[in-house]
Amino acid sequence: MSRLPTLLRYRGREGMAAWAFHRLSGIGIFAFIVLHVIDIYLVGGNPGVYNDVLQFYASLPGRILEVVLGAALLYHALNGLRIIIIDFWPAMTVYHRVLWWGSWVIFISLGVPGALIILRPVWLPLLQQLGLA
Amino acid sequence: MADSTIPTGTPDTGSPPGGGQATSGARISPISRARVRPTGSRREIVIWYLMRVSGVGLFVLALAHFSILHFIWDPANQTAQFIIDQRWDNVFWRGFDWLLLMLVLFHGFMGMRTVILDYVHHPEWRPALLWALYILGAVLFVFGTTVVLTLPVPGAS
Repeated sequence: MSRLPTLLRYRGREGMAAWAFHRLSGIGIFAFIVLHVIDIYLVGGNPGVYNDVLQFYASLPGRILEVVLGAALLYHALNGLRIIIIDFWPAMTVYHRVLWWGSWVIFISLGVPGALIILRPVWLPLLQQLGLA
Repeated sequence: MADSTIPTGTPDTGSPPGGGQATSGARISPISRARVRPTGSRREIVIWYLMRVSGVGLFVLALAHFSILHFIWDPANQTAQFIIDQRWDNVFWRGFDWLLLMLVLFHGFMGMRTVILDYVHHPEWRPALLWALYILGAVLFVFGTTVVLTLPVPGAS
């Protein structure tokens, strides 16, 4: 048998992507939570450093990372809900493909506007320069 | 053939369901691609349920928290003074964020425990990493709880 890392090993159709994305997004969110509890502690512990960290969050690289974080959070939430529905409502198993693709419809329809709001300081000045806003 | 077990260091042909240690050989549902409810160890069953209960809580609280602080407010405005004067000037939002912290510490750290149990099989590395994880969780509990409880409320001093 293959010795491929578990994440890369084939697990079959949609399921493989669902499982791998769930794990990767979970690890990513975990890393941010560790950072975020420490940064919020600095509000009391060292407000100057906290303000510096928040300035990074508000910068362009920071905002791109926030979009990535938001995408990970939204995917993990929607896929987690899908797992819970199938776990506790086995009759829904028949519709598991609908649940999977439905979660992507929700992901795109909530995620794209969300990303545009977070990235507003990037595209709004561009539109203004072009006289479109 | 689709692999129906999380590999546990035994050869990749898959360990028998329920075999080995409490968390090894955890079965993956072919439909949801999540761990199926474990059998045997009461502790594992309780963790399995609590992952789902905390997940539902986080679906509401974490998405609300992210939305409020990125769509209603913007990181560009969130100085330490903003947290003191507006965000955490009342018990409700402090309690909300503290409850979110409790759920995320359970869900996130038990999730990372599953990741470690899945990938780390070295007899010394595995317990060492698990201990490091639990200690980190305890430290974040203390940091987060401290700042929620001790950050001054405007006008209270």
